[in-house]
Amino acid sequence: MSTNVTKAIRRSNDFVIKFANVNGSGSASANELFARAIINMGVPVAPRNIFPSNIQGMPTWYEMRVSASGWLGRRGGCDLMVAMNPQTWDRDIAELESGGYLVYDSTKTLPRSRFREDITVLGVPLTEICNREYTDPRQRQLFKNIMYVGSLTALLDIEFAVVEKLIAEQYRGKDKLIGANVNALRLGYDYARTHLDCPIGLRVERSDGVGDRIFVNGNDACGLGAVYGGATVAAWYPITPSTSVIEAFSGYCRKFRTDPDNGMARYAVVQAEDELASIGMVIGAAWNGARAFTATSGPGISLMQEFFGLAYFAEVPVVVFDVQRGGPSTGMPTRTQQSDLISCAYASHGDTKHVLLFPEDPYECFTLGAQAFDLADRLQTPVFVLLDLDIGMNDRLCQPFDWDDQRRYDRGKVMSADDLEAGKNFGRYLDVDGDGIPWRTIPGTHPNKGAFFSRGTTRNAYAKYSETGTDYVYNMERLRRKFETAKSLLPAPVLRRASQPSRFGAIYYGSTGPAMDEAYALLKKQGIEIDALRVRAFPFANEIIDFINEHDYIFVVEQNENGQLRMLLINEGEIDPKRLFRVLHYDGTPITAGFISGRIADILAALKVKIPSLVTPALSPNRQQVAS
Amino acid sequence: MTYFAKPRLLRPDTPRNSLGYTRRDYEGAISTLCAGCGHDSISAAVVQACFDLEIEPHRVAKLSGIGCSSKTPDYFLGNSHGFNTTHGRMPSVLTGAALANRDLLYLGVSGDGDSASIGIGQFAHAMRRGVNMTYIVENNGVYGLTKGQFSATADKGSKSKRGVVNNDTPIDLVALALQLGASYVARSFSGDKEQLIPLIKGAMRHRGPAFIDVISPCVTFNNHAGSTKSYDYVREHNEAVNRLDVILPRDKINASYPPGSLRRVVQHDGSILNLRKLDQDYDPSDRIGAMNHLQERQALGEIVTGLLFVDSSAEELHRHLNTVEKPLNQLGDAYLCPGSKALEALNASLRRS
Repeated sequence: MSTNVTKAIRRSNDFVIKFANVNGSGSASANELFARAIINMGVPVAPRNIFPSNIQGMPTWYEMRVSASGWLGRRGGCDLMVAMNPQTWDRDIAELESGGYLVYDSTKTLPRSRFREDITVLGVPLTEICNREYTDPRQRQLFKNIMYVGSLTALLDIEFAVVEKLIAEQYRGKDKLIGANVNALRLGYDYARTHLDCPIGLRVERSDGVGDRIFVNGNDACGLGAVYGGATVAAWYPITPSTSVIEAFSGYCRKFRTDPDNGMARYAVVQAEDELASIGMVIGAAWNGARAFTATSGPGISLMQEFFGLAYFAEVPVVVFDVQRGGPSTGMPTRTQQSDLISCAYASHGDTKHVLLFPEDPYECFTLGAQAFDLADRLQTPVFVLLDLDIGMNDRLCQPFDWDDQRRYDRGKVMSADDLEAGKNFGRYLDVDGDGIPWRTIPGTHPNKGAFFSRGTTRNAYAKYSETGTDYVYNMERLRRKFETAKSLLPAPVLRRASQPSRFGAIYYGSTGPAMDEAYALLKKQGIEIDALRVRAFPFANEIIDFINEHDYIFVVEQNENGQLRMLLINEGEIDPKRLFRVLHYDGTPITAGFISGRIADILAALKVKIPSLVTPALSPNRQQVAS
Repeated sequence: MTYFAKPRLLRPDTPRNSLGYTRRDYEGAISTLCAGCGHDSISAAVVQACFDLEIEPHRVAKLSGIGCSSKTPDYFLGNSHGFNTTHGRMPSVLTGAALANRDLLYLGVSGDGDSASIGIGQFAHAMRRGVNMTYIVENNGVYGLTKGQFSATADKGSKSKRGVVNNDTPIDLVALALQLGASYVARSFSGDKEQLIPLIKGAMRHRGPAFIDVISPCVTFNNHAGSTKSYDYVREHNEAVNRLDVILPRDKINASYPPGSLRRVVQHDGSILNLRKLDQDYDPSDRIGAMNHLQERQALGEIVTGLLFVDSSAEELHRHLNTVEKPLNQLGDAYLCPGSKALEALNASLRRS
């Protein structure tokens, strides 16, 4: 089909390409292959799965941002659509930027009315070629995906050899599969070269923007972090989007924790009957001296509430990875949100407060994931690692993992048989050191010293049942001291100062990081210089409160509707709510830089704040999406 | 009250086991349960069983849920670590503890409310998972701490103290345990320590999930006429299928039994379960037969007690998971952390090629 596009987008290494597929059609591996090809061209890519809660048949998208500048946040909009799903055709076409490109299966002729005049339409008769080349229906389906990767390779001017090499690596040792896949790739490539105007205005040019970064997803990194952190017991119940944390842990354990002499496992993974049992097992194992964890998502956090109270009050060191999704209730199981902060920070009835960690990317999922076990042991309390679907389930370029071989696990205050034998005064809930953290003993330590009875009921400093007010108050005050102690052990916030003193401060955390990095630059271009502080843990470090007090306007950027970090800041930092402005994105898609910068500019305009250096923003409407 | 320590005065002739421990070394704090509570007899039976088995007290971990029965671990084995968890969730906490250290003996104590109502799911899954433990339910058919409501094991037609008749079908935990794969299943009566103590000993020397349902009358709320969990009722309707003697490998067998009256089961650790038959036709190695027998006798209003089923060749959770022999909680950093070299190789595989 010929088109008459006057203003086709022409950009190199800076565009968004989106694949509209049918769930379960085998498109995921082809799309991932394509992302890796661009990385191997040395160009940064940030792909995101936008998928349904479904196994087969429903629409699914793979959105890939190609960015020479290295922006890894979601941009919004789409410059090239690979429309492989008739169900979503109309909305997919509508989503294209003016001047964008459409790649589609042109086997069936579609009326002109189904297209747009302002886009470049690139038809490849994928079904026709497949039906001609293959007889097996499954092959027809799978190779169709590889074939469009081949066409894109030609259209975007990617080196064929780069993709070919990736296929060879993927199917190493299976020569038949390599040949077949490369053949399909070639069919798509050749068709595009012969019949279409290659390359189009969007190009991938060789670059060195990737560096030594690794390409991995956060759930995988959490599982690896748990291995490096010394976890030996994992108990879990399957739930999207956290399931692959345990799958990764199991996989890495098989690789790294199988005894070379006898093939036996230096770990135990149990799939429990529900989330209550999984956290129960984790508590039992941790009480008994093993490092233990579970991975779950919002509904699991709700189910575990009673047990969190027990772990908090009986002071059992457990680690919980919460891969957050859209809530409340079943909510949006396959969409992202940061909406479990409150239900984790104050989990369970009575007066409780919990330690939270907020990794920004897979690197921090690994680092904070491993550190969580030291913190839990040191503080003898539950530690929550709060990531979300956006980091957890999408491959992300990040700093390579590192580990210091001199590092030893901090098992915290554990009394040994020798300590007990030496006559050390053991009171399970006695604050010997003034930091609120008591000493503990592990079951089986000594025949007649150091045993105690753990319970969720009140007790005195020697773990004896007590309903005496003074005993209760002693304990609660000690727990409060312990929470204060936690502040000094947690990862510090990351501060980025503007080039000149600024009245504006932004506070953000977790997966908002990449979009915030870009928003920072966008705002700067508009003449709005802000200081930005990335919170990495709760309880809040004093410098977070200082940061708020140092600025006239504070924007709290997060991905939930309640403004949950803002609520925590107001509550814990005793901040005047009027000083904290909400920048909230919560439609289930990852937040964008355009949204953040747009909302901050809007707030400043509404407040009539005078900014001398302000320039009018020149952004496409798609980049200024507002959460619905 | 639990915060009173018991006096530790010992007479010179106080019996000691070969480890030098007296029974007192296996006792705990003073019970706060009602005078005459069946649960206290079970605690005493646990103390006696551990004394007889010569278990080092710190090699036992005792866990419980919530309720009268779940308070009892405070009243025995004071030198053992204990964990009074949440209502109905002891099985999962015990499972986790057992995963962390396979070398300790795990004793789970629960009640009929704790295991048959709120915790029936965890009860079921711990059994089917094959956790190596002794799981005792102190079954009185009634909620004590909240003053006398029926529990899920109360028999249909039984009357509460206030005269209310229970119309719900009872849950039989023994039947469930049999169906779900427990490899040692017994029922006993807190008023019959001759029967109970050996059953606990056999369970503690068993590998795999050992379950004992102990009918344990509640003297305050469920010991009246019309109750099927009263001392009188249980005594009148108790039909024991066998009597157990547990013989440890070190013991000399000097008892003699008439031919055909005895069944001998050797457990994985060499301990021998000598079962003196009271019902000549009862076969405790036949899981399905046991289930049938229970149902038939129950329909006649009888309470079948004794060692109802045992499979000494059963495997347990650690074997299923193929975990190393050394307890997981004792593996040092070097055994757990793959180190920076492995991480570099991994990074390389995740980089552009």
